[in-house]
Amino acid sequence: MNQLIISAAVEGQSPLVPNPWEMGVVFAGFAVLMYIVVKYVVPMFEKTFAERAEAIEGGIAKAEKAQAEASAALEEYKQQLTDARAEANRIREEARAEGAQILADLKEKAAAESARITAQAHAAIQSERQAAVVSLRAEVGTLATTLAGRIVGESLDDDARSARVVDRFLADLENQNAGAAK
Amino acid sequence: MHLPAILPWGAAEGFSKQMLLVILSVVIIATFFLMAARKGQLVPGRLQFAGEAAYGFVRNGIAKDIIGGKDFMKYVPLLFSLFFFILVNNIYGAIPVIQLPTFSHVGGAYVMAAIVYVTWIVIGVKKNGLRYFKLATVPTGVPGYILPIVIPIEIISNFLVRPVTHSLRLFATMLAGHLIVMIAGSGIEYLVTQENLLLKGTSILVLGGAIAMYMLEALIMVLQAYVFTLLTAIYIEGALHADSH
Repeated sequence: MNQLIISAAVEGQSPLVPNPWEMGVVFAGFAVLMYIVVKYVVPMFEKTFAERAEAIEGGIAKAEKAQAEASAALEEYKQQLTDARAEANRIREEARAEGAQILADLKEKAAAESARITAQAHAAIQSERQAAVVSLRAEVGTLATTLAGRIVGESLDDDARSARVVDRFLADLENQNAGAAK
Repeated sequence: MHLPAILPWGAAEGFSKQMLLVILSVVIIATFFLMAARKGQLVPGRLQFAGEAAYGFVRNGIAKDIIGGKDFMKYVPLLFSLFFFILVNNIYGAIPVIQLPTFSHVGGAYVMAAIVYVTWIVIGVKKNGLRYFKLATVPTGVPGYILPIVIPIEIISNFLVRPVTHSLRLFATMLAGHLIVMIAGSGIEYLVTQENLLLKGTSILVLGGAIAMYMLEALIMVLQAYVFTLLTAIYIEGALHADSH
């Protein structure tokens, strides 16, 4: 090995002078390597990189879509809730109005009924009174006649006696009435 | 410890160890990345993950960061091939038995720099037309009376010195590292065979130094592959956006 270094130095071959054969081999070797790299290595790596990037971006897009769908569903749900609330309010309001309507109707009807009953009662009382007056008139006449007959039959000379007769008559009448009431 | 060269290096013709290693590097890189990329699963396995990390390092860490824009993808294959071709060929120097960074032979470094040189000039001319040479050599905002000095400097630095430094940086670091490790090895060998016990003992010091240098060299091998690729990206970016520099 020492011999080699010494000989290289001694022979005066400058290390800056190239060996053309070596240059040729390096050039050819590098050309072959370039060809393989350009034709196969770089396209294969780039294809893998592109596929990977696409896979990652696809995943992101998918996640974004799912999120959008979820938020849309939430929005829809909220919308439905609001609708349902409004609907319930409306129904309640309607029921209240209807109830008030029914109450008013009933009140009106009751008032009408009571008025009708009152009127009927008035009419009945009126007719009763009429009938009482009529029957009273007839009875009073009869009673008067009867009383007069009795008075006349008993002799009319004694004032005291006539007064007793009248009292007795009225008592009889009352008893008669009480018995009838029983 | 060290495979013999098939023909002594420096030989003008014949099939050398360096050539074998260059061809082997192409096979290694192509096999690894084809295996890694072949399946193309969305959830990568261990091999695919390693391949993707390596590819992504050049694609995003170099091409996208430096060139940027929409059309950085056009230059990813070149940068990717450059990085791993140089990386594997450099790492050879750190692997026992092989121990030959192929770019310690200057021819390979010239070829790589020439490929890059042609590439960025073609990109610049395609993008800006022949006006590109004016854009690349006449800086804007410089007073007219300085231009006669600035323009030759720009021409020399951009079109003459740039490819030379680009290639020699790679070649020199690899050759120097290779020589240091080799000399340390020879030194240890020489010291160990001495009769004097004290001299024999100093070989341990040299061994410690050699290991440190070996580590440093391994770092530089990776770093130089990165630097070469990074500079390529910067040159391409400069050619693409010559009108805004």
